Amino acid sequence: MSKEDERMSVEESPKGGVSRRGFLKGAGLTAAGAAIMEGGLLGVREATAALREPPVVGPGSVSVTLKVNGASRRVDVEPRTTLAEALRFELGLTGTKVVCDRGSCSACTVWLDGTPVCSCMTLAVDVGSRAVTTIEGLAPDDERLHPVQEAFIEYDAMQCGFCTPGMIMSCAALLNRKANPTLEDVKTATSGNLCRCGTYPKVFEATLAAAKTGGHGRKGGD
Amino acid sequence: MSEAQQDKATTNAPASAPTGEPPVPKAAVEEAKKAANKKPEPATRAQLVPAGIVGAKMSEIERAVPLDEPPPLPLNSELKVIGKRVPRVDGRLKVTGAAKYTADVRLPGMLFARMVTSPHPHARIRSIDTSAAEAHRQVRAIHILDRVLGNAELRDKSKELPAKFPIVRFAGQPIAAVAATTQAAADEAARLVKVVYEPLPFVVDMDKAREAGAPLVFPGPADQSGSAGGGGGPAGVKQKGNVRGPVRSGPHGQPPGDVEKGFKEADVIVEGEFRTQVQTHSALETHGVVADWKPEGLTVYSSTQGTGSVRDELAEIFKLKKSQVRVVTEFMGGGFGAKFGAGNYGALATHLSKKAGAPVRLMLDRKDEHLSTGNRPDSVQKLRIGARRDGTLTAIHLQSYGTAGTGTGAGTAGPAQNMYECSHISTEESDVFTHAGPAAAFRAPGHPQGCFALEQLIDELAERLQVDPLALRDKIDKSDARREERRIGAERVNWSRRHAPSADKGAVKRGIGVAQAVWYRLINLDSSVEVRLTRDGSVELLSGVQDIGGGIRTALAQVVAEELGLKPTDITLRIGDTAFPNGPASGGSMTTGSITPAARNAAHKLKLQLLEQVAPALDTTPDHLVMRDGVVSRDLPSTSKAYKSMTFKQAAAKLQTEQIAARASRNDDYGGFVFKNEKDAFGFGIGTYGGVQFVEVAVDTETGIVKVERVVAVHDCGRPINPLALESQINGGVLQGISYALYENRILDRNTGKMVNPNLEQYKIAGSRETPVIETILIEEYVGRNSTDAGGIGEPSTIPTAAAIANAVYNATGVRMYEIPMTPAHVLAALKGGAAKKGVNA
Ligand code: FES
Ligand code: FES
Repeated sequence: MSKEDERMSVEESPKGGVSRRGFLKGAGLTAAGAAIMEGGLLGVREATAALREPPVVGPGSVSVTLKVNGASRRVDVEPRTTLAEALRFELGLTGTKVVCDRGSCSACTVWLDGTPVCSCMTLAVDVGSRAVTTIEGLAPDDERLHPVQEAFIEYDAMQCGFCTPGMIMSCAALLNRKANPTLEDVKTATSGNLCRCGTYPKVFEATLAAAKTGGHGRKGGD
Repeated sequence: MSEAQQDKATTNAPASAPTGEPPVPKAAVEEAKKAANKKPEPATRAQLVPAGIVGAKMSEIERAVPLDEPPPLPLNSELKVIGKRVPRVDGRLKVTGAAKYTADVRLPGMLFARMVTSPHPHARIRSIDTSAAEAHRQVRAIHILDRVLGNAELRDKSKELPAKFPIVRFAGQPIAAVAATTQAAADEAARLVKVVYEPLPFVVDMDKAREAGAPLVFPGPADQSGSAGGGGGPAGVKQKGNVRGPVRSGPHGQPPGDVEKGFKEADVIVEGEFRTQVQTHSALETHGVVADWKPEGLTVYSSTQGTGSVRDELAEIFKLKKSQVRVVTEFMGGGFGAKFGAGNYGALATHLSKKAGAPVRLMLDRKDEHLSTGNRPDSVQKLRIGARRDGTLTAIHLQSYGTAGTGTGAGTAGPAQNMYECSHISTEESDVFTHAGPAAAFRAPGHPQGCFALEQLIDELAERLQVDPLALRDKIDKSDARREERRIGAERVNWSRRHAPSADKGAVKRGIGVAQAVWYRLINLDSSVEVRLTRDGSVELLSGVQDIGGGIRTALAQVVAEELGLKPTDITLRIGDTAFPNGPASGGSMTTGSITPAARNAAHKLKLQLLEQVAPALDTTPDHLVMRDGVVSRDLPSTSKAYKSMTFKQAAAKLQTEQIAARASRNDDYGGFVFKNEKDAFGFGIGTYGGVQFVEVAVDTETGIVKVERVVAVHDCGRPINPLALESQINGGVLQGISYALYENRILDRNTGKMVNPNLEQYKIAGSRETPVIETILIEEYVGRNSTDAGGIGEPSTIPTAAAIANAVYNATGVRMYEIPMTPAHVLAALKGGAAKKGVNA
């Protein structure tokens, strides 16, 4: 039995209990059922509308267009594909890292319309028209780097570098929100970013220094 | 570089050779002699080299230096590139996301794999049915492991009933793997593999495993094979039940003396029982590979600390010539000791690639990473120290037990054996097998544990003797470097304001503590470098050595640039590939001390070749030429216009061939080693590295929360090559130490044998909010043992932190912490009862 089987066996208890997955399915049906019942009172058309929304996609591949770093990119993904997977495997943008795949380390941080999110917790099909900015798209052009990137190099805010893209996306977003952050602000902005190499002191230094130079890179809305 | 270091003037007070070198044991001397007898000594010249500590005492001493070695480097203050704060040469790649890690490798036609692992901690596998997985549309290959790497193995296999499949000895043990066209499909298919288990009794708790009648992990004595994963204890140790040991010797042989006699000589005896937990490495990039099997050979991209060790193990498993296996590690996302060798994932991916005829990517998920790829063993240590009234240590006796799960190597005796001078030392280290994932080397194996016990008892001894803890250490520690570090650190932290234990009135009590580290000077002699110069003036360095985050890529660029009078950015670094000259594995703080002398020697040879060719054009001989600031000229002040010169580029253009190259390997240290193992090309250098850390804490006695507010970390690593990157490593060592002392804990459920927190939210690691002010100070210590005189700092920087925190908590509260992690519950329990005080922490 694989460890996944093990999880299944916990969910589907031999006593005939309801698995978590089963429960969700059931809950879905119940909601729909309730809509039908209400529909019985309100009229059939409304009930059909309730069944139609939200639109159901999958389980096969669906085609979505992502606005990534200013360019429109079409990808065919299964609905379960996370934005992180779509970026890394479909678009070859491997700067975004996946470490925990469940929202507890922020290594996968990208921006949606300028707001940092965990791309491992965002489904590609849910991105919609929001603009995605990844570490590859942070620098204003091929020549120059974002001030936070520059400062990370100068202050050595990296060791193995695996947390670095996520860390930079968090710190750069902070500077967009607040041009002159305090040390506490930087700590808060990176409180979700795990760095096992323990590079935080240099991350703080670098981000505060980047703020001093006053520059901003992309705002991530384009 | 620290401010203190910048402030320091280079004084040249007359002094003798640096002391602080440990007594060389007889056995080691004999061995060294034997080794020396084998080969004729190379011809040497008597050479004066700088020696001592900058700012404390410096002198020149004479060393016998082999004739082909370059001249000694002057102090860092006289150099242009070495010793300067140099931003990483690969920084741009890392901040733009362009750096390619193993997890990022994509090859045409690449398949994705997932392991099938055991949910049971101990079981015989009755059958494995892969038919459903095989029927999966996207599955391309399935492989079942016939041998598990990492676990210890029975010395006498007949002690166990023969089994068709490897016996499961821990929950999470790899059994098989499936390769499919997408990761999701591989995950699905792995769930379709039906394994029928016969569960067996198990034990995951170390204390329980020591009891007579406990379920046995191995039904007879077992050893962990050598190349399994860096770590592991000695082979052939006696074993009873699950308890393997005691082992009484260390790297320097058995410690001297008779402790019973020593305790009789003591005026004061202090003792305690200390416990530490299991810590997992939790590197952000999980273990994994992309294996690409081709008829002509195997290429493996691996997240490893040892490209050579992966190559060697895969060549052995797949019966290939080493030349047919190429291992590449361009960038890797952290290892901390757990990433050596091929690993079960590496063997599985290679089998799958061979079967499927396509490259296979197998990166572990976070849960498997916690369960099966290594950890720092736990410990329970009974430590007893005797001393005379004047502080002289008369006896140190350590008895330790620890579990490395299904592996070995849970000893903690390093600090007790090596830190202080004591004429009677006895250490007894025992491993306890449990049904848990095998341990692996973890940043200074055994030392943070051992230090947690030793440095607390030394503080307690100081209190009993009514002397300052630093004064006691000044008396019993012979190392000049540590003495200087204590002095500098005490000044920086303002040690004199340290109050008596529990002097603060309110609920939040503050305190200051200190602890120190000692680490070995380990050298991997199998460290080679090639440096090439092409007619266009471009310089390349090639070596199999990998950069695991310490910044060796940049250090190598600095060393070559210094020698050739160039800038670090002028050098193209090609490392982390076994296609290049063999590099050392990165562990034991060995990388810098092993590979930088080879790099300097290669660059020096290359320089001589170049000068030979251009000297005629400059109307002189090579020995009158120097290379500085990108110019080749006579060795005269730059104001002198009397002689011809040319730029480095012009010089390169004069090469008679398109390219010249020079190669060098690490030579023996000048004056040899304490001992040397020819077979493993391993040298145990004379002297030590280490550091002293001062910690300020605030303990909330109402909530039990310990907060580290400030750390002053003063360290030595020989000649610092890149203070900027060294500071980063010290920060990292300190933070891992804080995390170890206060938060991290691998918790196994006694009833199921499973880890209850195999993730990154319940396995708590210190983050930005737990990061205190860390002040790092590097001292420069020169010993003139090789052409760069540089060493590593990875291990020493994490060794003393937990102990220093515990000493600070004692200073804050008057209660000693005998157990880590110091969670609020533990702290409250300790504050409440005298239990903790006696060393039997709840
Ligand atoms: S990988 Fe997304 S939060 Fe960890
Ligand atoms: S630099 Fe390695 S995890 Fe942050």
